[in-house]
Amino acid sequence: MSAVTTAAVPAPRLGFGASLRHGLTLTRRSLLKIKANPEEVIGLTIQPIMFVALFVFIFGQALAGSWQEYRDFALPGIIVQTVVFATMGTGLSLNSDIEKGIFDRFRSLPIARSAPLVGAVLGDLVRYTLSVLVITVIGVVIGFRLESLPGTVAAVALILVFAFALCWMSALVGLMARSIMGVQMFAMTLMFPLTFGSSIFVAADKMPSWLRPVIEVNPITHLTDAVRSLIAGGFPVSHIVTTLVWSAVFFAVFFPLAVWRYKRRT
Amino acid sequence: MSHAIQAEGLVKRFGETKALDGVDLTARTGTVLGVLGPNGAGKTTAVRVLATLLRPDAGHATVGGYDVVRQSFEVRQLIGLTGQYAAVDEQLTGVENLMMIGRLLGLRGREARRRAESLLERFRLADAGGRRTSTYSGGMRRRLDLAASLVGRPTVLYLDEPTTGLDPHSRNELWDIVRDLIGDGVTVLLTTQYLEEADQLADDIAVIDHGKVIARGTPDELKVQLGGQVLDVRPADRADLPAVAKVVAAVTGAEPVTAELAVQAPVTDSAMLAAVVRGLDEQGVAVGELALRKPSLDEVFLALTGSPAEDTPGDTKNETMEGAA
Ligand SMILES: Nc1ncnc2c1ncn2[C@@H]1O[C@H](COP(=O)(O)OP(=O)(O)OP(=O)(O)O)[C@@H](O)[C@H]1O
Ligand SMILES: [Mg+2]
Repeated sequence: MSAVTTAAVPAPRLGFGASLRHGLTLTRRSLLKIKANPEEVIGLTIQPIMFVALFVFIFGQALAGSWQEYRDFALPGIIVQTVVFATMGTGLSLNSDIEKGIFDRFRSLPIARSAPLVGAVLGDLVRYTLSVLVITVIGVVIGFRLESLPGTVAAVALILVFAFALCWMSALVGLMARSIMGVQMFAMTLMFPLTFGSSIFVAADKMPSWLRPVIEVNPITHLTDAVRSLIAGGFPVSHIVTTLVWSAVFFAVFFPLAVWRYKRRT
Repeated sequence: MSHAIQAEGLVKRFGETKALDGVDLTARTGTVLGVLGPNGAGKTTAVRVLATLLRPDAGHATVGGYDVVRQSFEVRQLIGLTGQYAAVDEQLTGVENLMMIGRLLGLRGREARRRAESLLERFRLADAGGRRTSTYSGGMRRRLDLAASLVGRPTVLYLDEPTTGLDPHSRNELWDIVRDLIGDGVTVLLTTQYLEEADQLADDIAVIDHGKVIARGTPDELKVQLGGQVLDVRPADRADLPAVAKVVAAVTGAEPVTAELAVQAPVTDSAMLAAVVRGLDEQGVAVGELALRKPSLDEVFLALTGSPAEDTPGDTKNETMEGAA
């Protein structure tokens, strides 16, 4: 080996600019995938749409007196549910990249190590936003009224903040699971109780009393109630603060764990 | 003169399994090192260590003079990796896949596109470049994967079983591509289960099994290392095969292998040839063909590992027979 190559050269550190550029390049990849598979975003919203149809048109009368009333109650919750389920996509896509060896390719390149993770998460935020839009539009089509526009924007922002925090849990699961199936199993066993044990479909005070404490701590309840109130023109400080605190907790716990796991894997 | 890849005493454990158990590998700059071994030998693990994807538990390795653990970033600037399974994004098109890598490596939009298009051209994927790679055949995916590992113009290239699962035609195509790359001065580390492939492409071969290098050398040296030559006797009449085997066994003292039409056994002394001829004459066996030849890599492998190698792709068996004639 020639002396030149073995001479101690300081390791070139990637600056923030380069790291950002790498992250954005892989965000672009996520967006290209959305463009290639618009049906995936639509698919994400099909289940909630079925919920809308089922709950609003079939149970609506029984649950709320009239289907219109139930529509107005349930739609904000269904938007929340859609996005909460959509966060599982982060774990699924990370897991599939690992399994397919695409991660190995990225890791063999002289790029920022964070780039694949940043790309996946930023791309997913776009996906969440799109699914919020799809459900909202459907809601408006069946007569749901967005009473306050600024409130609606704030509601969407709150949903995205919560989703951003939650997607790190999904990322952790995706990085740990041995297979896509594992990620899906986890998602189902966690997400169903989390969303059904909340005020998404039925207001907390109409639930059986033993379940009420659970529903009342469930962050999804607070998010849902905050969104409902914001869209209707209110400003539910306590629900907003509780949602933000929960988001901070999720982020504080799962972001470091996911990054640790990611580094170990890489 | 210099070594693009140098690894000493690499050890990697996965729980109980010792995937690498003290592996030394060297690849001279601008040559092809073939790493030959059966399933589970540790080939992929070795590649992953050298590609900075895995930390060895012991030992160390340099690529282009840079340490794979302490200077992984510098190593990544030199290498290209084509893993065992094509790592292309199936939801993107061929062009998009290559442009993404180009952008990551700092090419601007137009440059990235030009680089992508020239690589697609080179790998005869130009027509398919705009199609999603989920519609590609296995061979096309392999070629795209190889193209992706070349976007950054690596000087050291890892090819982990590049032709496994390809039909003979695609395999020959890939061989030609690899030969081309060598012409460009790239150092290649190629793993394979196919003896023929190592024989065709590699300047040096390291045979590994259970995480250990059990033999190394040029293909010719390996054949010599096995101890000389193989006697190949083909009787004119198939019915005489058992009689031939008996004679050969008596003369060589080795257990001969009876193939479809011929009896084969290693010989250590060329005087044995005459003895076999005499023996056959005494038995009144008419000989169709009788030859001394170097052993095929298949036989080398069998002798080294005690188990036959995986079936070689295509019609290697026939080529062995022709080689015997
Ligand atoms: N991540 C891992 N966890 C546990 N064991 C592993 C892991 N990777 C490899 N091994 C084990 O290490 C050994 C060597 O595996 P490796 O993949 O390097 O073999 P290989 O020569 O590439 O085989 P193949 O021809 O099948 O690709 C095998 O026994 C394998 O099961
Ligand atoms: Mg392997």
